[in-house]
Amino acid sequence: MLAEILRRLVATIPVMGVVAIAVFALLHVTPGDPAVIIAGDYATSDDIARIRTRLGLDQPFHTQVGIWLSRIVRGDLGTSIFSGLPVSTLIGQRAATTVWLTLFAMLISVGVGVPVGVLAAWRKGSWIDRAVMVFAVSGFSMPTFWLGFILVYVFAISTGWLPVQGYQPLAGGIGPFLRHLILPALTLSVVYMALIARMTRASMLGVLDEDYIRTAFAKGLAPRNVLVRHALKNASLPVVTIIGIGFALLIGGAVVTESVFALPGLGRLTVDAIVRRDYPVIQGVLLVVSGIYVLINLVVDVLYVVLDPRIRY
Amino acid sequence: MSEISRRQFLAGAATSTAAAALTAPRAHAQKRGGTLRFVAQADLKILDPVWTTAYITRNHAYLVYDTLFGTDEQLQIRPQMVDKHSVSKDGMKYSFTLRDGLKWHDGQPVVAEDCVESLKRWMKKDRFGRLLAAHGPRLAAADRKTFTLELGERFGPVLEALGKPSSNVPFMMPARLAATSADEQIKEIVGSGPFRFSKDEWQPGNQVVYVRNADYVPRQEPATGSAGGKRVHLDKVVWRYMPDHATAAAALAAGEVDWWEIPPIDFIPRIEQNPTLVTFLPDPLGTQGWLRPNHLHPPFNDKRARQALVYMMNQETYLQAAIGVPKYYRPCHSVFACNGPFASKVGAEGLAKQNLERARQLVKESGYDGRPVTVVHVTDIALLNGAALVTRELMSSIGFNVDLKAMDWSTNLAVRAKKDPPDKGGWNVLHTWWMAADVMHPAVHFGVSGAGPGAWFGWPEIPRLETLITDFVRASDQARRKQLADEVQKVALDEVAYVPWGEYVLPTAHRKSVSGIPKFIAPVFWNVSVT
Repeated sequence: MLAEILRRLVATIPVMGVVAIAVFALLHVTPGDPAVIIAGDYATSDDIARIRTRLGLDQPFHTQVGIWLSRIVRGDLGTSIFSGLPVSTLIGQRAATTVWLTLFAMLISVGVGVPVGVLAAWRKGSWIDRAVMVFAVSGFSMPTFWLGFILVYVFAISTGWLPVQGYQPLAGGIGPFLRHLILPALTLSVVYMALIARMTRASMLGVLDEDYIRTAFAKGLAPRNVLVRHALKNASLPVVTIIGIGFALLIGGAVVTESVFALPGLGRLTVDAIVRRDYPVIQGVLLVVSGIYVLINLVVDVLYVVLDPRIRY
Repeated sequence: MSEISRRQFLAGAATSTAAAALTAPRAHAQKRGGTLRFVAQADLKILDPVWTTAYITRNHAYLVYDTLFGTDEQLQIRPQMVDKHSVSKDGMKYSFTLRDGLKWHDGQPVVAEDCVESLKRWMKKDRFGRLLAAHGPRLAAADRKTFTLELGERFGPVLEALGKPSSNVPFMMPARLAATSADEQIKEIVGSGPFRFSKDEWQPGNQVVYVRNADYVPRQEPATGSAGGKRVHLDKVVWRYMPDHATAAAALAAGEVDWWEIPPIDFIPRIEQNPTLVTFLPDPLGTQGWLRPNHLHPPFNDKRARQALVYMMNQETYLQAAIGVPKYYRPCHSVFACNGPFASKVGAEGLAKQNLERARQLVKESGYDGRPVTVVHVTDIALLNGAALVTRELMSSIGFNVDLKAMDWSTNLAVRAKKDPPDKGGWNVLHTWWMAADVMHPAVHFGVSGAGPGAWFGWPEIPRLETLITDFVRASDQARRKQLADEVQKVALDEVAYVPWGEYVLPTAHRKSVSGIPKFIAPVFWNVSVT
C-alpha cells in the first residue's frame, strides 16, 4: 500500500508538468497584454516595447516556457508583474482563507448531506424523502451569489447577528473567526450538501435491498446500527468519490463566494490576476490548485482501499 | 419558468437585497476611534506613482508622499513642501527653498538633492514633465534646503507643472529611490507625506493599511485641495477592495466600512435614503468622455470621415446611456474642462448641434467604401458599454458599416495599443474617459496632442497642434495662453483629434460619523476624522 502511494506520488510529477505547460500555453493564446496594462494611458509604443522586453514577453514561446519551468523546478513560482511581490507570498497570504472556507463548507455539506441522504433512503417514498429531494433539487439549482445575498440580508442586515463581509484569521480569536466564516461557508456548502444528499440516497437505496440488510433487520438489530454499520459503509464508495470531486468543485466555487463576502482568498486572487493578465500569479495559483486536485484524487483512491479491502491497485 | 423571467427574478432579488441592505442599517458593534475604513475604487497593485498613471496609485501616493506645490480648490498653485521660491526677471531661473522639519519616513531629513532626483525621474515619464524637459532645464542643489531650476528655453507654467494634481504627480522621494530608472518600479515605499505605508499589512486584492506619520509637520494654512495644512486626525486608514458593489453597499450600511469612494450611480438613491449615510461630490470638475478615432487607417485617415463623427454627436444621448441620471452629467462642448479656465466654444459649433444630414454628406465625400468599421465595445465598464452602443447606432445612421467588437477592459488595453489595420486585430473607434484635471489645458491634455507616433492611441499626426502646445507652454501671460488654448481647440476639433461626449461627476458616500473630507480630485485623508 505504501509503495503504491509512493508510486502514485511520483506519477503526479509528469501530470503536473503537463498541467504546467497547458496552463502556460492557454494563457499565452488569451488576448491581452500585461505590458500595456502596466504602461498605462500615457505610454507610447516604445514604452510598451521596453516593458515587454524587461518582462521577457518578447521571447519566443518555448524560451518563456523553459525559463518558467526551470524556475518551478527550483521552487520559484515567480513574481507578480504588478505588485512585485513573490507569487508564493501572495498565495501564502490567501491560502488560509480558502482552505478554511473549503473545509468548513465540506464539513457542513457532509455533516448534513450524508445523514439526510440516509434518512431519505430509509424512508423512501415518504414525505421526508420528498422533502429531501425538493431540498436537493433546489439546493443544486440555487445560484451561489443569490443565496449569498439572501443570507447576508437575513443574518447580517436584518438581524445583525453576523458580519456582512470580511475575514478574520484564527489568530484573532475563535469567535470572530467563526462569525466571519459561517455565512460564506453555508453559502458555498448548499450546492454540495444537495449533491451529497442525492448521491447518498441513491447509493443507499441500492444497498438497502440487499439480502444481508434484510438479514440484519431480521436478526433484530437496531435500525441505526443497520443503516450506519452495514448499509452506509457499503454504500460509501460513490459518496467518497463525490466528496473528493466536491473538494475540487468547492475550490472553484470559492471564487464567487469570496467575491460576494469580500474574502481575501485564492479564488479572488486568481480572478484579479486574470483580469490584469498577471501571468506569473495565474500560473502559480493554477499549478498549486492542480497539485491539490491530484492529491485529493490520491486520498480518495487510498480511502477506497480502506473502505473496501477487496480493492487492490 | 422561462429564461427571461428567471433572470428578471434573480435581478429583482439581488436588487431588493441590496436595496434592503441600504435601507435597513444596523448598529453593528464596531471599532471606532482613530481608524477609518475606506472602500477604494480599485485594487492597489502598483505602488510607484511615477511608474504608472493609474489613478488608484496616484491616490495611494497622496497619503504617503508630499509635493513641492499643491493645487487648491480654486485650481491655484500653492507651495507645499516649498517654503519660499523666486523667479528671475526673465523667467528663466527658479529657486526653491524647502520648509523646515521635513523628514522621510525612514527618519532622514528631506534635502534638496532628493527633490532634484525626484523631478528628474518624473520628467522622464509625465507628459507635462516631458514638455518641461524639452526646454532644457538644469536642476541643481544649491545647499541642503535650496535647489534651482534653470531653463534652456522659456517655459511659462513651471509651477503648474510642479503642482499638477493628477497623474503623474511629481511626488518627492528620497534620492536613493528616485535614482531608480523610470522604467523600473521603486523597491521601497518611503515618502514624507502625512501617512506611512504599512508594507507588512498590504494584501494586494484585499487591503492596504496606512498609519499616521507622527513626524509630519503640516503647513499653517487651512487645507484646500492638495495644498495647505495637512493635519492628520486618524491613527490609521485601511483601504479595502470590494469587487462586488452590493457587498460594499451592505458593508457601508451596516457600519463595517466608513467611506465608499465611488458607488455606482444606481446605488446612490438608496444611499441617499439612509439617514446614517451622506453623499457628496468631491470633484465638481468631473470627468470627460471621449470617442477616439484611429487616424492611421481608413476611413478615419480622411479628415471628412472624422468630421462626420463630430456632426453625428449628441452628448445628451451619450450621457443618458452612459450615466443615466441628469444631475450627474452635463453636456460640454469644449475639449478643455468646462469648469476650468480654458473652457471654450471656439470651433465647437459642429459639436454643439447634431447634424446627421451633414454627417452623412461628409461620409460620402470621404469616399468611404463600406468596409466594416471596428468599434471597440468594452462590456465590463457600464459607461463605456453605453457609449459604444450609442456610437454604433449613430454611426450606422450616417452610413458606416459598424462592427462592434465586444471585449473586457484589459483586452481593450491590449487592442488599443495595436497599430495594425482593423481586419488584423486593430481598431477604428474606441471610447474612454479622463478626469477634468487631465484635460484642463493643452500641456496636460493627451487628446490634443498631434505628435503622430508619440501621441495617445489613435496617433493623430497634426503638427500644427504640437506647435501651438509649444507656444502655449512658452507663453508668459494668461491672456496669451487662453488665446493659444482656443486655437488648440479649434484645430483639434477641425482635425478631429477626438470627440468629447460630455462631462459627468461621480459622487462619493460615507457614514455621518466621517467628517472633514477635502474637496479634491482624489480621496485624501488629512483633515478627516471619524467618531
